[in-house]
Amino acid sequence: MASGQNERAARSAALPVIEPGHSFASVTDKISSIVLARRTPRGWLVGFAVSFALVMLLTAAIAYLLVVGVGIWGVNIPVAWGFAIVNFVWWIGIGHAGTLISAILLLLRQQWRTSINRFAEAMTLFAVACAGLFPILHLGRPWFFYWLLPYPNTMAVWPQFRSPLVWDVFAVLTYFTISLLFWFIGLIPDLATLRDRSRSRVGRVIYGILAMGWRGSAMHWHRYEMAYLLLAGLATPLVVSVHSVVSFDFAVAVLPGWHTTIFPPYFVAGAIYSGFAMVLTLAIPLRAAYGLEDFITMRHLQNMAKVLLATGLIVAYGYMMEAFMAWYSGNPYETFMIANRAGGPYAMFYWALLFCNVAVPQLLWFPRVRASVPALFVIALIVNIGMWLERFIIVITSLHRDFVPSSWGMYAPTFWDWATLFGSIGLFLALMFLFIRFLPMISIFEMRALLPQAEVKP
Amino acid sequence: MDDHPTKRDRARAASKGEIFDLPRVRARLGGLRGRQYWRCLEELADNPSFWRHAAREFPSSAPPDAFSRRDFLRLMGASLALAGLGACARRPAEKIVPYVRAPEEIVPGKPLFYATAMPLNGGAIGVLAESHMGRPTKIEGNPAHPSSLGATDIFAQASVLTLYDPDRSQTLSYRGHIRPWSAFVSELAPVLQEKRKKKGQGLRILSETVNSPTLAQQMGALLAAYPGARWHQYEPASRHNGRAGSLLAFGEYVDARYRFDQAQVVLALDADPLGADPGSVRYIRDFARRRRPHDEAAFIRLYAVECSPSNTGAAADHRLPLAPSQIELFARALASRLGVGGMEPQLPPPIERYRDWLEAVARDLKAHAGKSIVMAGERQPATVHALAHAINLALGNSGRTVIYTAPVEARPVDQIESLSALVGDMRAGNVDCLVMLGGNPVYNAPADLNFAEALSKVPLTIHLSLYHNETSYLCQWHIPEAHYLESWSDCRAEDGTVSIIQPLIAPLYGGKTAHEVVAALTGSPNRSSYEIVREYWRARFGAARFETLWERALHDGIVEGSALAPKPVRLVSGFKSRLSSPPPRQREAANPNPEALEIVFAPDPTIGDGRFANNGWLQELPKPLTKLTWENAALVSPATAERLGLKNDLLFSGRTVSVDLVEIAHQGRSVRAPVWIMPGHPDGAITVHLGYGRTRAGRVGTGNGFDAYRLRTTSSLWLGSGVEIGKTGQKHLLASTQTHFTMAGRDLVRAASFAAYRRDPHLALAHQAHEPKQDESLYPGFRYDGYAWGMAIDLSACVGCNACVVACQAENNIPVVGKEQVLRGREMHWLRVDRYYQGDPENPATSFQPVPCMHCENAPCEVVCPVAATAHSAEGLNDMVYNRCVGTRYCSNNCPYKVRRFNFLQYADWETPSLKPLRNPDVTVRSRGVMEKCTYCVQRINHAKIEAQKQGRKVRDGEIQTACQQACPAEAIVFGDINDPGSKVSSMKAEPRNYGILTELNTRPRTTYLARLTHPNPELQSGAKK
Repeated sequence: MASGQNERAARSAALPVIEPGHSFASVTDKISSIVLARRTPRGWLVGFAVSFALVMLLTAAIAYLLVVGVGIWGVNIPVAWGFAIVNFVWWIGIGHAGTLISAILLLLRQQWRTSINRFAEAMTLFAVACAGLFPILHLGRPWFFYWLLPYPNTMAVWPQFRSPLVWDVFAVLTYFTISLLFWFIGLIPDLATLRDRSRSRVGRVIYGILAMGWRGSAMHWHRYEMAYLLLAGLATPLVVSVHSVVSFDFAVAVLPGWHTTIFPPYFVAGAIYSGFAMVLTLAIPLRAAYGLEDFITMRHLQNMAKVLLATGLIVAYGYMMEAFMAWYSGNPYETFMIANRAGGPYAMFYWALLFCNVAVPQLLWFPRVRASVPALFVIALIVNIGMWLERFIIVITSLHRDFVPSSWGMYAPTFWDWATLFGSIGLFLALMFLFIRFLPMISIFEMRALLPQAEVKP
Repeated sequence: MDDHPTKRDRARAASKGEIFDLPRVRARLGGLRGRQYWRCLEELADNPSFWRHAAREFPSSAPPDAFSRRDFLRLMGASLALAGLGACARRPAEKIVPYVRAPEEIVPGKPLFYATAMPLNGGAIGVLAESHMGRPTKIEGNPAHPSSLGATDIFAQASVLTLYDPDRSQTLSYRGHIRPWSAFVSELAPVLQEKRKKKGQGLRILSETVNSPTLAQQMGALLAAYPGARWHQYEPASRHNGRAGSLLAFGEYVDARYRFDQAQVVLALDADPLGADPGSVRYIRDFARRRRPHDEAAFIRLYAVECSPSNTGAAADHRLPLAPSQIELFARALASRLGVGGMEPQLPPPIERYRDWLEAVARDLKAHAGKSIVMAGERQPATVHALAHAINLALGNSGRTVIYTAPVEARPVDQIESLSALVGDMRAGNVDCLVMLGGNPVYNAPADLNFAEALSKVPLTIHLSLYHNETSYLCQWHIPEAHYLESWSDCRAEDGTVSIIQPLIAPLYGGKTAHEVVAALTGSPNRSSYEIVREYWRARFGAARFETLWERALHDGIVEGSALAPKPVRLVSGFKSRLSSPPPRQREAANPNPEALEIVFAPDPTIGDGRFANNGWLQELPKPLTKLTWENAALVSPATAERLGLKNDLLFSGRTVSVDLVEIAHQGRSVRAPVWIMPGHPDGAITVHLGYGRTRAGRVGTGNGFDAYRLRTTSSLWLGSGVEIGKTGQKHLLASTQTHFTMAGRDLVRAASFAAYRRDPHLALAHQAHEPKQDESLYPGFRYDGYAWGMAIDLSACVGCNACVVACQAENNIPVVGKEQVLRGREMHWLRVDRYYQGDPENPATSFQPVPCMHCENAPCEVVCPVAATAHSAEGLNDMVYNRCVGTRYCSNNCPYKVRRFNFLQYADWETPSLKPLRNPDVTVRSRGVMEKCTYCVQRINHAKIEAQKQGRKVRDGEIQTACQQACPAEAIVFGDINDPGSKVSSMKAEPRNYGILTELNTRPRTTYLARLTHPNPELQSGAKK
């Protein structure tokens, strides 16, 4: 790390990225003790139990789906995509924050990223895992999902490369792979720390295997820095590409409400928006529960609030342009689409979306709101809900009344739709709980590098 | 660990003194020739553990693997062969018997067609039944048959499903116990013997309308054998008023046939010749041919006055909704203007406001005297029928556009009187043996007769029926009836033409025909209907030429020259006084309660009088106007609904409509019914459809809808007044396949008046949307060197009869999904008929638009499928590859026409054995999770191409008929090669009124429409449709 950076950081923001008074040992102790504690906290057990119950619900919903068919959901003709696609886009969006924080902020040398990047990356992985479930489950014949992959086969058929769904497969798989590698490589020095500090034999063996023989030699550090930087470079375009490709699923279609050139940037902004909202949603309870206020400081929360506000404004611009273009184009189908969103049977959800995603985040202009942890938590939650509603509005209201009025129809989710949505939230939370119990949720070695002691004296 | 040359190994070797056995080493070295190095002492000692260690460390120096490539291949070959053996499941021990002598015509994979006829409602339609390896799978119209001319209606199309219905009655039973036919015969013998002694006293036969010459003759013989016996006929939706009207006008029973092909102006007084009326297939054909713009003089104008919206009203150029009681007033006023004497010319107050309309119609009819038709609907009282006859006579239409013939039915009677007399006798104990040949009077007899109660007073009851229905349940003997596709019989069509009904398959459940039951009653229980029918026709044809004529009749499907000759008719003397005697019902006078409504009964548009209740195709078929499926609803006008505070609400699920459940009370009886708000319905009236509310229809039909027969009485058979409606506060969910009535300003159905179109076709049909140029695509276009299939649908001709929808379902093995799935918006029809309203909801213009797949040149579905399961064929078809489909449903989302259908669940029935032979073997039965849609009947295309290729020629125009096209009575659907400029479809597409829908999306649909042309009366055009 360059020497002047902490000074610059200190100058640029009054609030510190790490509270004063910490030493190398205290940082390591604090973070690793959460993982190495012998006793599992009661709160963790309760939280995990609840999320595991939801995972069981998801399992039941999936089993029933596979046995009976996708008809257990509320999908129909014309609304052939329902909650599954809404949830997919929502989870993928949430999965954006991790890579953005890790990769782009790393390249931009934003040091405040350090204390949140680890769990943001974990969150990304788990969100993408949840997202990945849905496109497979929503297939009429999910057991043939691999037909979307270009694999050599006796039928000599390949996927149809003009379809955005095929692009999706590549985009999401690449994103997941890179995110996983990025996260794992970043974990290796900390895994070695845990290996060395673990008091149980099992812990030493498992952490030892995962640490891949990390000894902290200069060569290791050199290679590590190089690999991390390269992966950051690789991951950066993916932040933009994944959600752009996901937006193509809609933008390539002819449907009014989908067929829009604004979709790629608007989706990426929305993704970052929802991703940061989710990081806030997770970080605020975590720092309270584990007493990590020293590491995840108000500086972090405020920075994230600012990102939230900025991306929220881009998203609001997207909504505005959608409506404006519908009017300006003079296209009767587009005009009807917006009128139907604002005044049709699903109008309530449209206005709720504007309230959640446009109105509420404006509170973040006020420094006092940004300084209030409970307010930030509530706003982040509202934005999460708003982003889910946005996808609901895009998918459902565009489909349910498209071109030919005779085929217009309505959509309502069934119990199994809700079960799958909440089940996926349960899966996400269960994975998060396992992660904070067994892996360091904050990067120990990078935090140590932020300490004043780490500065190399000339 | 065993073969690891560890320290332990070496230690063990050392302890045995083997590590370096010097004498052995020396001996070995002594045996070697040439320069031999040794690398280590272990090698020198030639210790086996050394070699094991060396092989692991340096694989290349290891001795060749014991498992060589050859061995591998040998072993794999053997195991694969064994695996193959294992895959051969043990064959079930079932004996199969090959043909000893193969039937001459049957070639596996090649269907055969047999001419037969389907009797229905006292008429018949001639059909060609498609048979695959001896199993009928599809019904087509018989082009030689006058009631069909190659087309069919929904009932004929769906009849093949009834044949295979697993719920059909399968056994003869006595009080619920299974009995053989012989037991029935032997138990019947003493009864008949006793009856013979008593000259048949107490023996009664109840049949539906009989139009079978053979059965009529048998009945004559039966009545001769038992002079005291009586034959009653009752059918709920028969021509009760038509018969009475003919008696009133002519003093005798005559039938009228209307010649739309000869007429210029038609007035339908509550008649529905293009919809529910018998013989509609022929009427639609004749009408549609007169709605094409080629010949100016030929364009026919249709007026409809009706008390319940119908397909005829939708097709009409001017439609006037009138409350039921007002139609007679209208008819009287009209008659006075058209030269029928004795009618009061002044308009009574209720219809005074339609004076202009009436005058214009009267002038138009008069101007086209001899080329006009006035027809009265079955619902209207006898007076209206008589008035219509009188008007036709006065206008000189009789013999030109209206043909009178002797009645088609074998013995016309006043069926209500006939049934009332029977019930009276049953109640009085005068009936001790009642034989019912078909029918279901317990369910459908007028409610005031209380047939079920009367039936319990009859000691011996015998019921022949296709289903074990409500009546069978209350009878002692139940005999399963043979379906018409299993029977030998004969029947007269609406114009009198006789068809011999020949079976396509032996009775699946040992069913008996009415002929066989009547033969059993006359003492020959073992005569087959084949013998009976042949014997009758042997007498008719004459023994000498019998075999020739019989074969020809079977082959052609008609008995040549059997049509009834036109018959001159004259009004009875004193006609005026007869008409005036029953004063026209005045609603206000008859009905002190101004809140009360009039009621209209109508057979259901898809399940008829209830006999098709267990037919899933017909249950799920959307009713032409309401688009409701699976049940009936009481229809009221928007204004009446508002007055009564009734609402229809769209729910957040598929196409579910939540409606009010009301209590309809009429003459002291009441039923609970959901209310559907029907644009175009006259105010102050309510329409209920018969046929629902069955309690013993089968698994499909039982419990759907409400039973309107419970309100129907002998005095108010079709129309009634004084109906009161009470709200129950409850809601009911109706499954409609189309919940949006308007086109929302979209240019889907285009229409113009014939006059404007003739002045300037392009101006009349000009529309706004910008159509992109053909090359505006990223992808290169397709080239079609051979065929390029296309379709044109003439909206001028289409009357929305739905025959195409059922034909498509039958041809393409389309599953039935049930009400619950339709509520969710998951019906599977590949072809739907959209219905749109325009204008005032009090009397909107109604148009129909059949929508199959458009087979777009730039198909939006093809681009988005990730697995290429929907692909463009070399002939321009948008093919669906079911095997490849993984079910992303992206194609459906991206289809602007929403013609794609998805198997959300396992809809096709793979289990029921009796439904398996029904399937078209040329079409895949789809599984859950795949998309499907209209294929332009690709199996028919390929069949024709193969035939053409065998003969070394191109497919001829018209050689391929899609199922919808073939069934269409209006000839509205035309399919063919658009690469061939001489084809019919090309010439239709060249018409100026040809257009594609949503072409602004650059989809370039192959299915195009010909704009609808109307022919309004210029006098009425300003106040159009009023």
